[in-house]
Amino acid sequence: MTEQLNLVAMLPELSLAIGAMALLMVGAFSRPERGELVLWLAVGVLALTGVFVAMGEGTVTLFSGSFIVDPYARMLKLMALVGAAVALIMSVNFWRDTDGGVKFEYPVLALLATTGMLMMISAYDLIALYVGLELQSLALYVVAAFKRDSARSSEAGLKYFVLGALSSGMLLYGASLIYGFTGSTEFSQIASAVQPSGANLGLIFGLVFLLAGFAFKISAVPFHMWTPDVYEGAPTPVTAFFAAAPKIAAMALFVRVVVSAFPAVTMEWQQIVIFLAIASMALGSFAAIGQHNIKRLMAYSSIGHMGYALVGLAAGTAEGVQGVIVYLAIYLVMTLGTFACILALRRDGKMVEEISQLSGLSRTSPAMALMLAVLLFSLAGIPPLAGFFAKFYVFLAAIESGLYVLAVIGVLLSVVGAFYYLRIVKIMYFDEPVERFEPMPGTLAAVLGASGLLILFYFVYPAPLVAAAGVAAKSLF
Amino acid sequence: MSYGWPILSTVTFLPLLGALLILLLRGNDESADRNARYIALWTTLITFGISLLLWRDFDLATAQFQFVELRPWLGPITFHMGLDGISMPFVVLTTLLMPLTILSSFGAIKVRVKEFMIAFLVLETLMLGVFCSLDLVMFYLFFEGGLIPMFLIIGIWGGPRRVYSSFKFFLYTLTGSLLMLLAIMAIYWEAGTTNIPALLVHDFPPGMQTWLWFAFLASFAVKLPMWPVHTWLPDAHVEAPTAGSVILAGILLKLGGYGFLRFSIPMFPLASAEFAPLIFALSVIAIVYTSLVALAQTDMKKLIAYSSIAHMGFVTMGIFTITIQGLQGGIFLMLSHGIVSAALFLCVGVVYDRMHTHEISVFGGLVNRMPLYAAVFMVFTLANVGLPGTSGFVGEFLTLLGAFEVNTWVALFATTGIILSAGYALWLYRRIIFGTITNPALKHIKDLSWREIAIMVPLIVITIWFGFHPNPILDISATSVEALMADFKASLAAAEQARFALTP
Repeated sequence: MTEQLNLVAMLPELSLAIGAMALLMVGAFSRPERGELVLWLAVGVLALTGVFVAMGEGTVTLFSGSFIVDPYARMLKLMALVGAAVALIMSVNFWRDTDGGVKFEYPVLALLATTGMLMMISAYDLIALYVGLELQSLALYVVAAFKRDSARSSEAGLKYFVLGALSSGMLLYGASLIYGFTGSTEFSQIASAVQPSGANLGLIFGLVFLLAGFAFKISAVPFHMWTPDVYEGAPTPVTAFFAAAPKIAAMALFVRVVVSAFPAVTMEWQQIVIFLAIASMALGSFAAIGQHNIKRLMAYSSIGHMGYALVGLAAGTAEGVQGVIVYLAIYLVMTLGTFACILALRRDGKMVEEISQLSGLSRTSPAMALMLAVLLFSLAGIPPLAGFFAKFYVFLAAIESGLYVLAVIGVLLSVVGAFYYLRIVKIMYFDEPVERFEPMPGTLAAVLGASGLLILFYFVYPAPLVAAAGVAAKSLF
Repeated sequence: MSYGWPILSTVTFLPLLGALLILLLRGNDESADRNARYIALWTTLITFGISLLLWRDFDLATAQFQFVELRPWLGPITFHMGLDGISMPFVVLTTLLMPLTILSSFGAIKVRVKEFMIAFLVLETLMLGVFCSLDLVMFYLFFEGGLIPMFLIIGIWGGPRRVYSSFKFFLYTLTGSLLMLLAIMAIYWEAGTTNIPALLVHDFPPGMQTWLWFAFLASFAVKLPMWPVHTWLPDAHVEAPTAGSVILAGILLKLGGYGFLRFSIPMFPLASAEFAPLIFALSVIAIVYTSLVALAQTDMKKLIAYSSIAHMGFVTMGIFTITIQGLQGGIFLMLSHGIVSAALFLCVGVVYDRMHTHEISVFGGLVNRMPLYAAVFMVFTLANVGLPGTSGFVGEFLTLLGAFEVNTWVALFATTGIILSAGYALWLYRRIIFGTITNPALKHIKDLSWREIAIMVPLIVITIWFGFHPNPILDISATSVEALMADFKASLAAAEQARFALTP
């Protein structure tokens, strides 16, 4: 044994995996109505994992360099854990009201998916990457189809599975090409094997396939087709889960792979990222205009937002990565808040998903309308709300790298994007009220209130997040 | 001058405190509405009172920024506030107009009063922040943050086509601002700071100046608005509630002109000199074209809106002559127009509150029922035309003087604008006030109430006082404008020298 196995650094992943298995046992051997208990225990496990993540220090590599824990990994893991935990908390009332209680499989699968995400964020090797990605994806395929007696949910799960399997195949093919042309699967060795001048075609091919796989996971155009259908079809709390944590993990992986393994061919992947960014921003803005279903709208919105985050990555600098991290953190808060609202849209015991039904919300439930309006203005990137700072840092990095055309296209598309967010504000504030919604459950109100206030008052004390993202980004370079 | 407490932050953020108080009011009944109104009124009055301290203690002898506050905020981006002779009058203009506007909405706004007052107070903070900011990013935050409350004000309390107008306003302004945002980022990487006093003395490379100048132009031209990106303004004015129009015309339009003075000219002097003819052309087109358009309007608010665009044409023309007279005139005209156009919209609001329309054809013969109103409206109509003895004259005269020094043709065409403005303004007055009452609905229309008189009197006094005694305002801006001119000339001379050094 040449290397001492440092399991302390793996504590978060271990605690999650063991927690998931233990909860599986608890669920299987207790009465069915104990599902809610399992869910709260799962949230506890996530919180405990968060503590373990936060306790780590410095940069540690494990398993002969295939697993890395650095400030970057810690920050993004914390974000993914927050996303997962909040999404779980938000789901309680939904299951209770529509499904006759929480089924214990849901929190267990969510924990497994989160384990996969943590693996992805820390992966420093193509094989570790794939294992983490598949662990996450398989769990997500199942939860997408979680309402198995609903045709839409089953369709969403199946669609997600088939397309996801295809993308995994492409990713694997790319990985094998990269291994073939560099002779290694570990990122640092790939980086040293890749020559900047005359980078050979086979490697570039591999890179393209690999990035196509990632683009699928972050739902960047042109690999976004699954997103609107899955968002719409999956049960709403599952959609909330999809929109938050997995996006962060996949983006974290994307950034780490291109920055750590392919610094020598930055020019090449930069082009791909620029294309993905422009296409995602454009489609996200234009396609969302015609949507009537708020979940579908959020799908296009998330496509657009991933495009903006990619603008930071396109810069290819530490500032750019810092921008991506700031963007993801703020996006996470905005998305969770918005979904807390969407989950609260219930009337006569049924979920309402039509945007037009929000009409006059500012009159029927002013607090909820105010918070949602704050989130929507923030999603549109209007200062002084947090969403502005998110966009500010990615575009700042793009300008620094001289990507003026990308930046101009990006801001002009954000005007188009602003239009559809404003449309919702208009429906809530300018239109005549329709029937009242059922009162908002306490958990959702807490999530909405917390995220709305965070977004609204972020400008008071913005420095810590930016500084932490700066430290995290530096650890990649 | 030091107070031992941050006076600028107090002035800027005090309205937010009022907004918070209103937010905490319980209930939706009549008494809650009344409380909201009075909290808003008192907050703005106190803000105005404190801002008068600024006026009193302002040091006329220095071009440096005064009342400076500097705190760490976001790494290289600091919380930095301060005033000089260019920004100080606008702060006082804002704090002065706010209580009058709030007072004017007492009768007009009957639904969702609390929200209305909150939106206005938030808007006041954002506008004051624009004038006080000494950091580019902070400036941008305030500059664009103002879109949200204004969007809601037009959209919720506006007229029948309010949705269209509010979206047009928002998206137009946002597009321009975002281009400026990119320019701000480019400035950050070029100069390594967003600190405005540091940027004012930074020399930007000539090639870069052009791009940055145009990016800033995109934002300020929309905000001001200049021809041909003015089309959002008439729509926004017509649909906005009276108070919204007043603030839009009185202050929001001034943000663009202030931006030219604060950024475009001192930071990009070479580009400003090079493209001044472009601004002259756009200004003259705006003056003549929008004056002609104003003649054809059938809606009072639209007419005044077009007249505002014409006046803003004088402002841009004056500013870009980059002469003492032109710059001072531009500043003075903005302040004067801030008072006069606000007052005109308030006048429209008076009849709108009674008749719920601002179609010109509905009115006629108001002098028979409303003699006081006729007198008040006359003062402001004449001030709008630029009659000597009103504040409107001083600004127009100085800008024309500046233009005459630089380019006679520009001055010539601009002067025709004054003639046209007399045409549309007096014709409007004739159609509304004179003649006999033909519309039976006007038979019982009431003259100004005490509340309305209380709003109008200060505005009349200011209009006439500064028409005869413009010096207090000219003195405030004089030192800063002279410093601006000196820097500008020095930059041009340096660039000239560099050019000669290159040619063998």
